[in-house]
Amino acid sequence: MSEEMDMEEGGTIKKFMFVNRKAPYGTIYALESLEVVLISAAFEQDVSLAFVDDGVYQLMKGINTDGIEMKSFAKTYRALEGYDIEKLYVDRESMEARGISEDDLIVDVQVVSAAEMADLMNEQDVVLSF
Amino acid sequence: MATVNIAGKDIEVDEEGYLTNLADWNRDVAEYLAKEEKVDMTDAHWEVIDFLREYYDEYQIAPAIRVLTKAIGKKLGADKGNNKYLYELFPYGPAKQACKIGGLPKPTGCI
Amino acid sequence: MLHIVNKSPTERNSVESCLAHAKKGSKVLLIEDAVYAATKGGAAEARVRSAMADVTIYALQPDLAARGMADRVIDGVNLVDYGGFVDLVAEQANCQSWL
Repeated sequence: MSEEMDMEEGGTIKKFMFVNRKAPYGTIYALESLEVVLISAAFEQDVSLAFVDDGVYQLMKGINTDGIEMKSFAKTYRALEGYDIEKLYVDRESMEARGISEDDLIVDVQVVSAAEMADLMNEQDVVLSF
Repeated sequence: MATVNIAGKDIEVDEEGYLTNLADWNRDVAEYLAKEEKVDMTDAHWEVIDFLREYYDEYQIAPAIRVLTKAIGKKLGADKGNNKYLYELFPYGPAKQACKIGGLPKPTGCI
Repeated sequence: MLHIVNKSPTERNSVESCLAHAKKGSKVLLIEDAVYAATKGGAAEARVRSAMADVTIYALQPDLAARGMADRVIDGVNLVDYGGFVDLVAEQANCQSWL
């Protein structure tokens, strides 16, 4: 798309995907990703989130961090809808390998196969990994 | 770390005047912080503060302004869910100023 | 000997390597992301269950709760709090961390 077009339309909307592959709380990746996602919402881009491998653990229900003196951010995933971020994809194989089902998750998600996830990743303009 | 004395109690605030510990907040603290911000608290102000604190309790973040206006419009009506109404109450930015008075951290996604 | 592991079994091979090197009668404490190894339905469950024949497995309860996994602990895994963590370290002659 030409620069003139960009100016006329006030910028191009690109497809951004945040890929989450780490368990929460053991490292800072999950929280950092969530914060960048919330900030990115201000730019009104086409944002989606993917949860793969240990990343699926981020969405577990029943998280209670009182005992480890860290702030819980589990409930913040529920705020994403209000930020117009509604595309949350969870990798089926990753859930199965961890004995987790959709009912164990704190938000509504789309469960996809690894092949479907590969297609989703492939169609992005930008993929950010955490 | 700076402290301010409110009703005989020392309370920690950060360099921008936000409370360090959410648990330190109460109505007296809010009145003090509002005075610092030169905001005269009315029922309309409290309504927004209470809304923000409920939002924080539910989602563990302070909302970005766009999200705040939308959510307030949904809960309190379209006449309140707009920038004009909220900026009249909190002239230096509803999200920033109301969060500070409400004892919440600066909104995530506040740029 | 007390072995302490803090890495997820589905991200690193620390749990696997620790269990392969733990002598009969030793104790293994799972903390931080390693507590996922102590949960049912996970990829590491079978390995942890078979290891229980030779070693005693412990998991740090606050780390399980922080990950929403407190209700999914494999039977036979012993739960400890921070005080229990300290006791385990104090009562063993030596300890090794698997980072």
